[in-house]
Amino acid sequence: MGDRKLYWEDFQPGAVAVYGPRLVTREEIVAFAAEFDPQPMHLDEAAASSTMLGGLGASGWHTCCLLMRIIADGFVLNSSSMGGPGVDEVRWLKPLRPGTNIRVRTTVLDTRASTSRPQMGLVKFMFEVIDDGDAILTTLSTTLMFGRRAPGDRS
Amino acid sequence: MKYFEDIQVGDVFEVGRYTFTAENIKAFATRFDPQLFHVDEAAAERSHFGALCASGWHTALAWMRLMVDYRRRLDDALRARGEPVAGIGPALGFRELKWLKPVYVGDTIEYKTEVTEMRPSNSKPGQGLMTFRSTGTNQDGDPVISLVSTTFVERRRKTP
Repeated sequence: MGDRKLYWEDFQPGAVAVYGPRLVTREEIVAFAAEFDPQPMHLDEAAASSTMLGGLGASGWHTCCLLMRIIADGFVLNSSSMGGPGVDEVRWLKPLRPGTNIRVRTTVLDTRASTSRPQMGLVKFMFEVIDDGDAILTTLSTTLMFGRRAPGDRS
Repeated sequence: MKYFEDIQVGDVFEVGRYTFTAENIKAFATRFDPQLFHVDEAAAERSHFGALCASGWHTALAWMRLMVDYRRRLDDALRARGEPVAGIGPALGFRELKWLKPVYVGDTIEYKTEVTEMRPSNSKPGQGLMTFRSTGTNQDGDPVISLVSTTFVERRRKTP
């Protein structure tokens, strides 16, 4: 999308982009878990092997944070982002294993103007964290808020 | 964790409090969500937030850490009484995560988690699924975050 700053008007339903890759190391999986989600399945191979994860895997929250950083570098920091009101749904479908290169596939599902704030618009996204083999590890559906290049009237 | 059979809908876990500082807000956001209103006071003052505020992911992760620590204390108490400890996790994901108000420097958020649904797992006979709503409330009594999660909890081996 180049260096031109992105506004709400620049997001078109159906648009797809892929950001990354980003190599996720064992060291950062364990460090993140030790800080934010210190459960054995995210910290220690031996303990993780006896859990349903079947081996060391990243905290699902780590995957969400990596997704955030990848889309921040991918387009959010180059936009009129005003943050987001929340996340509709996150599904942790497959474990994120050490040594995986992840990418984020971004699909614009819908856009609409804000009814209460004419300087703002909303964009509904589906984000998918995918691995080297294009397997979908995590999906995250959310709406983000962006400033408008041309603020709408209040009608 | 307690076993699936010992957890009731309506049970509340008072998981604890976390205070957001300029240092921990910027440290988290620099790593994962470096939007200007999370990392730069001057830029945040010019933004619609009006002041430096925490990444919503930081507000959520503060809950997760407190929840894991809470479960660890619960497990220690069970072991001290000589009772068995049930396995928990992994979680399937979460939904309805709402960032209801910005979290600013100096805010202390109190987190609670309430069990909203308990059902046996169809695919894993030794496991049940616990659904719970977690909320964070600031020092003025305003809710700032809410989310609904579902995770596996181990069932007792012998059912009566």
